[in-house]
Amino acid sequence: MRTFSTVISSVFLAVLFATAGPAVADDTIKIGEINSYSAIPSFTEPYRKGWQLALDEINAAGGVDGKKLEVISKDDGGKPADAVTAANELVASDGVQMLAGTFFSNIGLAVSDYAKQKKIFFLAAEPLTDAITLSKGNRYTFRLRPGTYEQAAMLADEAAKLPAKKWATIAPNYEYGQSAVAAFKKLLSAKRPDIQWVGEQWPPQGKIDAGAVAEAIAKTEPDAIFNVTFGGDLVKLVREGETRGLFKDRAVVSVLAGEPEYLDPLKDETPVGWIVTGYPWNAVTIPDHAAFLKAYQAKYNDYPRLGSVVGYAMLKSAAAILAKAKSTDSEKLVEAAEGIRVDTPFGPITFRAIDHQSTLGAFVGKTALKDGKGVMVDVTYHDGAAYLPSDADVKAQRPQN
Amino acid sequence: MSILVVEELGKTYSGFQAVRNVSFALEAGEMLALIGPNGAGKSTCFNMIDGQLAPTTGRIAIFGKSTAGMTPGDIWRLGVGRTFQVAATFASMTVAENVQMALISHHAARWLTLRWAARRHVAEAEHLLDLVGMADQGQRSCGELAYGDLKRLELAIALANDPKLLLMDEPAAGMAPRERHAVMDLTARIARQRGIGVLFTEHDMDVVFGHADRVLVLNRGTLIAEGAPHAVRANAEVQAVYLGAGSLYRTHT
Amino acid sequence: MSFYFVQFVTGLASASSLFLVASGLSIIFGVTRVVNFAHGAFYMLGAYIGYTLIDRLGAGVGFWPAIGLSAFAVAAIGTLIEMLLLRRIYDAPELFQLLATFAVALVVEDLALLIWGPSDLLGPRAPGFKGAIDLLGQPFPTYDLLLIALAPLVLALIWLIFRRTTWGVLVRAATQDREMVAALGVNQKWLFTSVFALGVFLAGLGGALELPRQAANHTMDLQVITEALVVVVIGGLGSVPGTFLAAIIVSELNAFGILVFPKISIVLVFLVMAIVLIVRPWGLLGRAEAAARTASGAIISRWRPFGAPGRIAAALAVAFAALLPIAAGNYFVGVATEVLIFMLYAASLHFLLAGGGLASFGHAAYFGLGSYGAAIALKSFGLGMETAIVAGIVLGLVGALVFGWFCVRLSGVYFAMLTLAFAQIAWSIAYQWTDVTGGDNGIIGVWPSAWAASPARFYWLTLALSAGSIALLRAITFSPFGYALRALRDSTLRAETIGIERRRVQWMGFVIAGGFAALAGALYAFLKGSVFPDNISISLSIDGLVMVLLGGVGTVSGGVVGAAIYRSLSIWVISHTDYSRLVLGALIIVLVVMFPKGLVGAFEAWRSARTGARLQGQSP
Repeated sequence: MRTFSTVISSVFLAVLFATAGPAVADDTIKIGEINSYSAIPSFTEPYRKGWQLALDEINAAGGVDGKKLEVISKDDGGKPADAVTAANELVASDGVQMLAGTFFSNIGLAVSDYAKQKKIFFLAAEPLTDAITLSKGNRYTFRLRPGTYEQAAMLADEAAKLPAKKWATIAPNYEYGQSAVAAFKKLLSAKRPDIQWVGEQWPPQGKIDAGAVAEAIAKTEPDAIFNVTFGGDLVKLVREGETRGLFKDRAVVSVLAGEPEYLDPLKDETPVGWIVTGYPWNAVTIPDHAAFLKAYQAKYNDYPRLGSVVGYAMLKSAAAILAKAKSTDSEKLVEAAEGIRVDTPFGPITFRAIDHQSTLGAFVGKTALKDGKGVMVDVTYHDGAAYLPSDADVKAQRPQN
Repeated sequence: MSILVVEELGKTYSGFQAVRNVSFALEAGEMLALIGPNGAGKSTCFNMIDGQLAPTTGRIAIFGKSTAGMTPGDIWRLGVGRTFQVAATFASMTVAENVQMALISHHAARWLTLRWAARRHVAEAEHLLDLVGMADQGQRSCGELAYGDLKRLELAIALANDPKLLLMDEPAAGMAPRERHAVMDLTARIARQRGIGVLFTEHDMDVVFGHADRVLVLNRGTLIAEGAPHAVRANAEVQAVYLGAGSLYRTHT
Repeated sequence: MSFYFVQFVTGLASASSLFLVASGLSIIFGVTRVVNFAHGAFYMLGAYIGYTLIDRLGAGVGFWPAIGLSAFAVAAIGTLIEMLLLRRIYDAPELFQLLATFAVALVVEDLALLIWGPSDLLGPRAPGFKGAIDLLGQPFPTYDLLLIALAPLVLALIWLIFRRTTWGVLVRAATQDREMVAALGVNQKWLFTSVFALGVFLAGLGGALELPRQAANHTMDLQVITEALVVVVIGGLGSVPGTFLAAIIVSELNAFGILVFPKISIVLVFLVMAIVLIVRPWGLLGRAEAAARTASGAIISRWRPFGAPGRIAAALAVAFAALLPIAAGNYFVGVATEVLIFMLYAASLHFLLAGGGLASFGHAAYFGLGSYGAAIALKSFGLGMETAIVAGIVLGLVGALVFGWFCVRLSGVYFAMLTLAFAQIAWSIAYQWTDVTGGDNGIIGVWPSAWAASPARFYWLTLALSAGSIALLRAITFSPFGYALRALRDSTLRAETIGIERRRVQWMGFVIAGGFAALAGALYAFLKGSVFPDNISISLSIDGLVMVLLGGVGTVSGGVVGAAIYRSLSIWVISHTDYSRLVLGALIIVLVVMFPKGLVGAFEAWRSARTGARLQGQSP
């Protein structure tokens, strides 16, 4: 037993040393960053490169308010509970002044609720769920990327112009897919009361039985299809659908499919003529983007994905908020962030005070094949501001306290 | 009244008749041996009597009650003890705890959750171990016992519910010859003292003829002879069966 | 009409693809009794290696050789792993091999990321099978027809190998009776190695053959492993034709099920498995399992309660732990709280698995029900934290009562798989019933009452409840009921013969374990402030098994130590490295090889050896 107690006490001592309060240096500002690096590397790797580029630029330009910016980055393994652990480590142990990041909606919500409970500023980068700014919105959480509703709204605008009357939907069976379909249906039906919804399929995320789904949709004989699947599911659906003639003479509207993360793996099998949201990195004409593209390619010898832009804009926004607040106090940060204007590769954006959503937009265009690769053509940038819910809608949905 | 009555017992496995039309009875205090060559249906009979197998035909009554539909546990609760061909004990418990487990079950205390099991029925367990000659081994781990001692332990477990009928499948298998007789003597003594009827199977004919009061001979699922040991030994049909199998007079397995 | 025919044939193609990977799992499972969790990883490797080889050899003439070569390459890797890792632990307690293959799967996941990068890799279509043919007026992919032809061919080949070759006869004999085959002088080691190699070969082949259907990606392994396992179990363990039949049933039910219920896919296979196992406890074509091999190899050690020194040490440890918040910061206190919760979760599973010999693969169900019960009571019914925790326990108990009633009718692997099925059904309810559970967006805002809100206070609350519960579980283990449960584990035959009602006792054990897991889940909800379907996930169930196995199934409560070590390690690793799965997997492999009895088991063996040596020294 004596050895046992010795072991316990030495462990205890080690713990004491390891957890001795973080040394707070006055000359740096720390941002805690959390994302699903191991769970969805195809998106988060370019994203990491994006914020690292921004970090270099910010510090090269003298940091924020004369202080060096430091990012402490953690992996959440794709699990909300682990994200909360990471958030707690960043806040309680590393002493960060602000949280940022996250990809999956449920992780974004978990961290946002943690931020609310601990009164810590949280800049959500990627999670698409509308709940994070509306029904589950809170004072300390801001979101950068356009949410599901906005993306669906942009596509519904385009879809309304099509002659198609009978529509079918294919979406992954989880909140993102459900919200996207619900929003798209609502908006499109509002614009085009003559439209009929003839079929729907809800394959489990990552496990689509593409042949069976394609046949089941074809059986309903739609004029057009609204697709929400992405990543590996999208690849399977495209292959099966093309071979089985599902997309022949049918319009397809697909969320996210124009993002290089999801478009590039399709290579020469990219379906032609789909209406998609995405990021045509080599066709963007926004002036700020040219500088970003040049710097990114110089640093990584690779082209940016959408994740890169999100990561880059996320850190630029964080720096702008910190600079405006001239403080790391959470309340001051919130006040500074409300209504702040930030320059991003997609042009200037504003974080709305009413729902803490940025006005970052997305590109809508058509897929095409060029030199054996998938690209977007007929691209237009849709400013997020035009698709955000009205003040009345926000007030109805967002907790007001 | 006979404590065990078996009438026209039969068992069919997917068309194969393992046991057919077996009838016999067992009296209190009697040692009855069930013998026969390998595959004669001894184990099938045993497993039907102790409730592990449901008979295809026939009836079994223990202490005048039909056992149809009863589980081995139900039959045990009637007051039946059982030992197995390969000793079945609880390896993670001590010798005493094995017996205590049986006592706990017998005294209907097996659902208690906030008492120490090891403190229950200590004296009773000691007494039973003493009875089988293992008084000094109570605190040994069951996993480290010699095989003969495991068999004795099984006997102690089987006696825990104060049975009036003991079913013993090859009680002496796997033991040295001297030990076999010691165990069988012990069994016979306890049986007579307590008025327990014992039904046992055995391969070793020395054991059978040395300890049984009466012998039943099974061959191919049918009872071919029944009677006192010397009469059965002299029976021509039995001799034919065993000479064919060549093992009636073998002394070691 | 033609639509239904095409849909049927489409279902057959999915079935073939599923069968190709599941057949290997079935073979390995049937012969070595190893639940090969790395099977999905080998399948994924098959796809990645196939992709690279096609790239090197050229998409035209190189395609088919590349597919074959990649299957052989994967088989070679599998053989190596079997020889270096699994061989060392065949004698370890049942399920211990699961821990090793789980670790291999973790390592492979990160290695694939390091080697092939993060992006999905789309290989070319198969030469000669790029297009479609006309099937009753509908275009149908020719490659799917190829798969439909291939599956029965593989089935026939496997059948021939096992029925018509000496090797096959020996393997089947080894499946029936290992000792006998060993006694015949057959080298069982090589028999097992070759079986493992064959199974892994099929996994690699299945993966490579997926290239024309989908891009090689990092989630392929997880997509396939549970589904393959489920198909193997539905078909009946060790029955390859059963696996084939099950693959067809599952795929056809899915192909037609989605026409009526477009959301059914997410839970379908588990529903089918639950129904099949309830109706046919050994799967469609399986036979009653041979008696569990508790006796072979694993020496069952005697269990005894703590003596005075043990109790003092435990009390000291708790007292010591209670001092932690004075010295450590909030983060460390939070981590320690989490570790305590997992110690309780592991202890509850340990009670069932080690104390009752009942390996639950779905213990997270009760953890998750506890989480959801607490969260719903708090958020939807406005109850306080204290009542909410009780509500969580009640929901967990109810779940365990209902699911347990069915589960204890089975035993061994079938019991394990039925628990898994119920856990997945509970998971899909949490995932789908958005109005009540919030779906995958979960329930947030589940924070403790004010009096327990500070990290230190919540830690103390958790410490009191966890330590108390673990002590209670130990007390139950050594109570008459605990003895009865353990008696059934040691010898079901003997226990039933002394009037211990197997089903009722095991059912009650299942409910007790479920109740304590639910308490852990409820505490976890309040620690994290949120509840998600993750709390019922397969990975949480597996984590539980890993913790118990790491601690040692042969011990009274090694799971508690296993949990403390595993959870601390994983939190630390994920916080400090980019390749947490690689590091964690490698660590588990090292531990598995060094301590095949588990950590506590090894400690006990060491201590008893030392005591033994000292005793011998005293009496020369």
